[in-house]
Amino acid sequence: MLEKNVNFVEAALKEYYFNNFELIHVPSRTSEREFGYQKFNSGMARHLTVKNDKDLHFLLMTQVPSDIYCSNACYSFPNLPMSEKDWKEADLIFDIDAKDLKLGCRKDHTCFKCNTCQSINEQPSKCIKCNSDKFDVISVTCQNCISETKKEVKKLVRILTEDLVINEEKIQVYFSGNEGFHVHVENSEYQTLDSRERADLADYIMFNGVIPETFGINKQNSSKTSLPDIGERGWRGRTAREIFGTKSKRPKIIQEILLGGYSAFQSRLEEMKYTIGVRIDPKVTMDIHRIFRLGGSINSKSGLSKILCKDLENFDPFSDACLLGDEKVEVLANCPISFRLKNKKYGPYAGETISVPKHAAVYMICKGLADVTQ
Amino acid sequence: MLQLGIKELAKYPFLAETGDYLKDKGFNLEQLSDPDWKPVVEKAYGRIVVATTGQIYGGDIENPDLEILSFVISIILLKSAGISTLNRRFSLAEARRAERYLEQGLNALQKDRTILENLKLKEESIKSSLKIIQDLFSIRVEMEDDRLKIRIADYLKRAIHFNEREWKLVNRRVESGYVYLSSHEIVRLVRKELDVYINSKIQSVSVSFIPETFRERVGDLVLLAKKFSTTVIVSGDYPPCVKHAIEVLDRGENLPHSGRFMLATYLLAKGQTVEQIAPLFKNAPDYNERITKYQLEHIAGSSGKATKYSCPSCEKLKSENLCFAIPECDGIINPVQFGTRRKTSA
Repeated sequence: MLEKNVNFVEAALKEYYFNNFELIHVPSRTSEREFGYQKFNSGMARHLTVKNDKDLHFLLMTQVPSDIYCSNACYSFPNLPMSEKDWKEADLIFDIDAKDLKLGCRKDHTCFKCNTCQSINEQPSKCIKCNSDKFDVISVTCQNCISETKKEVKKLVRILTEDLVINEEKIQVYFSGNEGFHVHVENSEYQTLDSRERADLADYIMFNGVIPETFGINKQNSSKTSLPDIGERGWRGRTAREIFGTKSKRPKIIQEILLGGYSAFQSRLEEMKYTIGVRIDPKVTMDIHRIFRLGGSINSKSGLSKILCKDLENFDPFSDACLLGDEKVEVLANCPISFRLKNKKYGPYAGETISVPKHAAVYMICKGLADVTQ
Repeated sequence: MLQLGIKELAKYPFLAETGDYLKDKGFNLEQLSDPDWKPVVEKAYGRIVVATTGQIYGGDIENPDLEILSFVISIILLKSAGISTLNRRFSLAEARRAERYLEQGLNALQKDRTILENLKLKEESIKSSLKIIQDLFSIRVEMEDDRLKIRIADYLKRAIHFNEREWKLVNRRVESGYVYLSSHEIVRLVRKELDVYINSKIQSVSVSFIPETFRERVGDLVLLAKKFSTTVIVSGDYPPCVKHAIEVLDRGENLPHSGRFMLATYLLAKGQTVEQIAPLFKNAPDYNERITKYQLEHIAGSSGKATKYSCPSCEKLKSENLCFAIPECDGIINPVQFGTRRKTSA
C-alpha cells in the first residue's frame, strides 16, 4: 500500500479505536491467550500477551495495527515460541466466507488487479495495459453474498445446538469485517479436542465423507426399512427431509432410490453437501494454534469492523459494521465494480477523482481500488 | 477402585484389584515354588503360547482362582524371560480376550434363561462392563432404551485412530450430544487403550525372585521367542520411511495399518514376492500367518478383485506421520523413487 494511503487509513483506524473502545475487549482467560498484530506493509507480530482491556487499548493507540488477532487457544506460556507454549485447550471457531460458496453473483462484483502495472482489469485473462497474466483478485460484497452466508450460519448454529448440544448463549456470531461471518464457541465440552479431532468434527458439520450405508443403502440387500425417516434427529433426519420432503412422497422416492442403487445414492449424497451441509472453512476449525481476528477490531481488507451480531436476521454489515467516519475525502478511484455502504451506492469509477465519505474511501483503498489524492 | 466379583477378576485379571485378591488369598512367590502348583505354571505357559499364535486364550471362568493365578504367573514368566516381542503379543492377546468379555457383558442375553433371569443378568453384566470401561478409560457409556451411547468428544478422541470411513462422525448416529454405538463398536473403540493399559501393567511388574519350578518354562519361552526372530537384511537403497517401518516391526512393536500398507506396497513395487515380504510381519504383536498372506495377496492383486494397490505418496505419508525424510530423498514424491532419482541425477 502506498505510504500516503497508509497514513490516511492509519489515522482513520486510530480515530475509530479511540472512539469505540467499548466495542473492543480482551476475551476470557486473557492471560492464557496469544495475541498478534500486523501493521500495513509489515509482517506479523505474534506470541504477545495482553493483560486487560487497558493494555489492549494502549496497544491499539500506540501501534495502530492494520489487523489485530487473538488465539482461540489457551496456553500456559502464550508469549513463548509455539513449541513451548504448552497448549491447554481451544475454543471452537468457524469461518464462513462468501468467496467459498461459489455464488453466481461473484462475477458481477469481482475485478482483477495486475501484479505488474497495478491497473484494474475486468477479466483475468491478460492485462489490457501490459499483457501480464498475473493478477490479484479483488471482490466486494453484495446483499446476496451476505444473505447466503447468513443461511450457512443458521445451519451451523442449528447443528451446534441440536447435535452437539452447545448452549446457544455460548455461540457468538460475528461479521468477519469483510465477506462473511466468524462463529466462536467458548467453554464447551469440545475444548480439549485436538486438530485431527476437530477436522472430523468439521467434516461432520460439512456433511463430508458420508457413505450410503449410514442411510441404509448397501451395495447388496438394501431395504426400505433401514432408510431414514423425516422425524429422525441428526443427519439421518436432515437427509430424509431433503430427499423425501413430505411423508406422502416417501414410497415413490424410496422405490427410485432402491432402483438407482448404491452408486447413484452416493452421488446424491455428495451433491447434498452443498445444500444441507454447512460450508465452513475446515482449515480454520481444525487449527488449534490460530490467532483469530479480534472482535470489534477493523478488518484491513475492507475497513469494516468485525462486530458481534446480536440479531443475525436483521444485521446489515454495510451499515452496522461501517463505523469509520463520514467526513468527505477526495480520492482517485479506479473501481469498475459497484458496492453499497450505509444505503448509498458507490461506483463504478473509471480513474475518477471523487469526494466520498471516509468509510467509503477507506473501503476502496483497502480493496486496492483507490488512492487518496493528498 | 472397582468393586468386582471374583469372576470379573478372572475375565479381567489385569485390574489393580488382582493385587488385593492375591493378598486376601495369601498367595506369594515362595508358596508357588511348591511342586503342587506345577499345573498352574503349565496353564500359565500355555496361556502365553496361545497368545504367540495370535489366538485368544479361552480359559475357564468357572474356575476363577486358576484363571487369575495363571495370568499372574504368565506375567512372572514373561518378565523373567525379558523378551519384548512375547510381552507385546501377550498383552495384545489379553486385550482381545478382555474385549470379548466386555462385548458379551454389554449384550448379556442368553437364550437358555428365562426373561426374568435375563433381565437380572443383563443388568449386572452391563453394569460391570460399563463400570470397567468408565473407570479404566474415563469414558462414560450410557444406556438408553437398550442403545449404548457416549459423548461426542469421547468418540472423536478415539475414532480418529480408525481409517475406515464408517468411523467418521458423520457416519454415526448422532443425537443430542451423543454418538450411538453397538456393544461391538464400543469395545472396538477402546481397543487401543485397553492394549496400552494391559501392556503398562505388565511393564510395571518387578520380579525379584523366580521360583525354581518356573525356570524350565522360562527357558522354553526363550526358545519359543527364537521362532519369531527374523534376520532382516536392510538394503541401503531402502528409503527412510521403509527402513523405519521394518525397524518398528523387528522390535515387535505395532506398526499402524497405514504403515504396514506402505511397507507392503513398496516392497511389492520393488519386485519382492508375498513369500519374501510375509516374514517381515512375523514379529508384529498380532501376527497371523494366514491373514497376513491373504492381505498381501490382496494388495498384490493376485486374489479377490485383482486390484493392485500402489505405494502411497510421500505427501500421504507425511499426513500420517510416517515420513522420515533425509536429504537423500532429494524431493521425491513417492518412496519408490528413492535412489532412482539420485541415480538419474548422477
